[in-house]
Amino acid sequence: MVASAVVSSATGGRAIQSSAIVIGAGIVGAACARSLAMAGIDVLIVDRSTAASATTARGEGNLLVSDKAPGAELVMAVTAAHRWPGLVAELAEELGDGFPSIEYESKGGLVVATTEDGAAPLLRFAAEQRGAGVDARELSVSDARTLEPELNPAITAAVHYPQDAQVQPVNAAEALLASARGHGARVMQNTRISGPILDANGAIVGIATDRGELRADAIVVAAGPWSGEVARVLGVGLPVLPRRGMVLVTSRMPQRIFHKVYDADYVGAVGSGDAALQTSSVVESTESGNVLIGSSREQLGFDDRLRVDTIARIASKALRLFPFLTDQAIIRTYGGFRPFMPDHLPLVSEDHRLPGLWHATGHEGAGIGLAPVTGELIAALITGTTPPLDPAPFSLARATLAPHLAAVA
Amino acid sequence: MLPGGDDPIRPENETMVSITVDGEPTAGILGQSIAGVIMAGDRLGFRQTARLDKPRGVFCGIGVCFDCLVEVNGLSDVRACQRKAKDGDVVITARDPHPQGGDA
Amino acid sequence: MREVLVVGAGPAGLATARAASAAGAFVVLLDSSDALGGQFWRHLPDTRASQNEKVLHHGWSTFRDLSDSLEGSQNVTILRHAQVWAIEVLGDLAVHAVVGEPDGTRRERRVFRPDALVLATGAHDRTLPFPGWDLPGVFTGGAAQALAKGERLAVGERVLVAGAGPFLLPVAQSITRAGSRVVAVLEANRATRLARGWTPRPWQLLGAAGKGIELAGYAVGHIRHRIPYRLGRAVIAAHGVDRVDSVTTARVDDDWSPIPGTERRLDVDAVCVSHGFTPRIELAIAAECGLTPDRFVAVDGQQRTTTANVFAAGEITGIGGVDLALAEGEIAGHAAAGSAAPHAAIRRRRVFTGFAHRIEAAHGIRSGWTNWLTESTLICRCEEVDFGAMRTAASATKSESFRSLKLGTRAGLGICQGRICGRTSEELLCSLNPNRELSDGAVSDRRPIVSPLRIGELAEPSSQQGQGKAHHD
Repeated sequence: MVASAVVSSATGGRAIQSSAIVIGAGIVGAACARSLAMAGIDVLIVDRSTAASATTARGEGNLLVSDKAPGAELVMAVTAAHRWPGLVAELAEELGDGFPSIEYESKGGLVVATTEDGAAPLLRFAAEQRGAGVDARELSVSDARTLEPELNPAITAAVHYPQDAQVQPVNAAEALLASARGHGARVMQNTRISGPILDANGAIVGIATDRGELRADAIVVAAGPWSGEVARVLGVGLPVLPRRGMVLVTSRMPQRIFHKVYDADYVGAVGSGDAALQTSSVVESTESGNVLIGSSREQLGFDDRLRVDTIARIASKALRLFPFLTDQAIIRTYGGFRPFMPDHLPLVSEDHRLPGLWHATGHEGAGIGLAPVTGELIAALITGTTPPLDPAPFSLARATLAPHLAAVA
Repeated sequence: MLPGGDDPIRPENETMVSITVDGEPTAGILGQSIAGVIMAGDRLGFRQTARLDKPRGVFCGIGVCFDCLVEVNGLSDVRACQRKAKDGDVVITARDPHPQGGDA
Repeated sequence: MREVLVVGAGPAGLATARAASAAGAFVVLLDSSDALGGQFWRHLPDTRASQNEKVLHHGWSTFRDLSDSLEGSQNVTILRHAQVWAIEVLGDLAVHAVVGEPDGTRRERRVFRPDALVLATGAHDRTLPFPGWDLPGVFTGGAAQALAKGERLAVGERVLVAGAGPFLLPVAQSITRAGSRVVAVLEANRATRLARGWTPRPWQLLGAAGKGIELAGYAVGHIRHRIPYRLGRAVIAAHGVDRVDSVTTARVDDDWSPIPGTERRLDVDAVCVSHGFTPRIELAIAAECGLTPDRFVAVDGQQRTTTANVFAAGEITGIGGVDLALAEGEIAGHAAAGSAAPHAAIRRRRVFTGFAHRIEAAHGIRSGWTNWLTESTLICRCEEVDFGAMRTAASATKSESFRSLKLGTRAGLGICQGRICGRTSEELLCSLNPNRELSDGAVSDRRPIVSPLRIGELAEPSSQQGQGKAHHD
């Protein structure tokens, strides 16, 4: 494909984009690549390691609306919730039966307050979410225990979110990648970026790597918690920080947990900027019969060493929700790094400081669920077509991000 | 299983223990593992797998394969080859749990 | 006084504990079993003791010396039923264990922060998959040993022993001594290969005197019981409805590919198969110890790992058998206690290391074994993932990532956490990859949670007693 001339103006007049490089082959990168490829763009995905192996492979596969306060991210999440079932069907059609299952399960979420003080804030939060169009149903404790018979009877409030769902994140990412390939995208793994390639006007027209120079009209940074590092190599600062999480996996058990159940501390933890350990309990069963137990948030850079205190806290909070779990065996723990933005909103945007550069990152713990809409949004922005939702809140130029951009400049 | 008389090694001072396996009273010798007690009754398969419903029993015998899992006194995921039989133990050799699916 | 924590009470761990104690350290010796001896000296429990036990074991008097001296020692604490489940390296090394009935609940949580840690966690059988290997009645060699020595239980009456390595001989001997008939011992490697590494008659080894004596004993046993020992032959399928009733064996070439037309059916009621050993390196990995290219724990002349104050001895540094384990343990124990190892131990280690290399050269696994797989052969026993599913996932996703393929196929995600299938899955997935490798660097031996722990046990506040230095009872 012939690369078209790029008009590098921040105010408009975008030329035809015919090629793109997506940096990062996790679920967000895969979704971006698929959407771009389906729009007729020649896409190359580049990853410093292997696809679907980093943050994508270290979460639980949450597709949540329940944990988001009214605002732009919630709008994105609700859009995503509507989009997923159709996407799953499209991918099944494209890839056939043999492809590892995405395990999309519209299982619904149940958020409970575990203290007297926690009840009113939870119910208030739910009311605000309802105002923003979320299906959030206040339940009596006894109705909550009809949905989840093993739930601790001492809970103080409960809200049911039927729109919450779950997927197997690695399989979802691999499916998006396979679909992208089907639409002509190529994937280069184990490739390290060493710098930008700039044209005479200072626009970015490619990347230098340890496997040669790669050129494209649009460069999209979708490297999750490593987006800051990638951006730096390309010459700009991005205030994305890693936020460590850990998950416990139980042995297989008969199904006694039916929804994604979590305590209302989760909401506070996600929205917190606090670097210290935040834990809240998130418990759900999976198709294979193992129960996943999270969650924790710690800012430790990229330190992935085991911390027994962290997983002990996760375990103890889980028992407050489901006392019966006390004798269940934990067989595995894993963890990873979420991409954390200081103003708690994903970044899906052009980089006004460097024409030709785009970002699709900063989803914190919501990247799995928000990936498809992110892909569609970035593709719309790059091709100049109608975006699936208002892009302004996710822009790099938003006011809440300005002080942080200045700090990493 | 060797009857005590024939074994040239001839363990001494054997105390009997009585456990139940799936409700059946089963005799064993103090010091035997639960796997040993079950296998001494010529039963090699004592777990049914989740997906293919196939029988499994002891495979590695040293606690690394986790094939020999049984429920003991209400506790799941106990390796029969690692747990010594105690008088009164209630052992269940269930089918592997598998979620039934379904949402409220 | 230095405090030395030793994990594993097999030959290496026992030798370590004795040497460290003799060199003046306080020693805490942990083992997940209720008895000392590990797998090699697996024996009847105290409740069923026998005066004639020594007949079953090689080096029984060595074992008795070691365990008697440790149990009688004032500065040694032995903790049985102590299962290490995690190691943290956040500054001081912290070794987390639970003490109590195996796979129990509400076991006691203990944390150790020793001056020196010695890992002597041994190895377990590596059994390659073959059609029907998941049938009851198919065992590893180690299972036959454990049942025969630990319980006087024979795995069957007409037993085939197969796989690779000289350790098949002690397995056959244990089974015959438990009263059963071993119909044959099949070694997959052919005579030429054995001769190159070793000798076609492994019991006629020269040079490693101790090993020679041990194997000569087995050989005598073989001759007495007239058990055929066949080279270049492998079990390629087990048959039966709910338990094994026969196997198919075949001749294999130098690469372990079955040779068509050489299949034979054999009636058996048990099969014991081991193709080698997998060292139990998960604790070493948790302690951030460097590994050798063939994935053993890398150690220097003092048995020091790459992690400060962490040592390793025995099979985790290389499969070498009991004599090497004892020598390494002695050296590690001295080094951990801060003293110099005796020259005799160093000499013995050198001699028996040679033996270990020759075993590998003669008996290591060859890649043609994948030719005896069928689409429905289970690769991951726990999650029942068959070869066909792994093939499909690899080609559908074109993944270069072991982690991704593991999560996608579920191979290795079951309760055994890849102990049985992990290395096999890696090899298979690499062989299915166009580049014949997977590049994400994930390794199946990495298990931050080293043994299942009940949620209630994990939720307990970080140990009621045993916090800080190991306590001495």
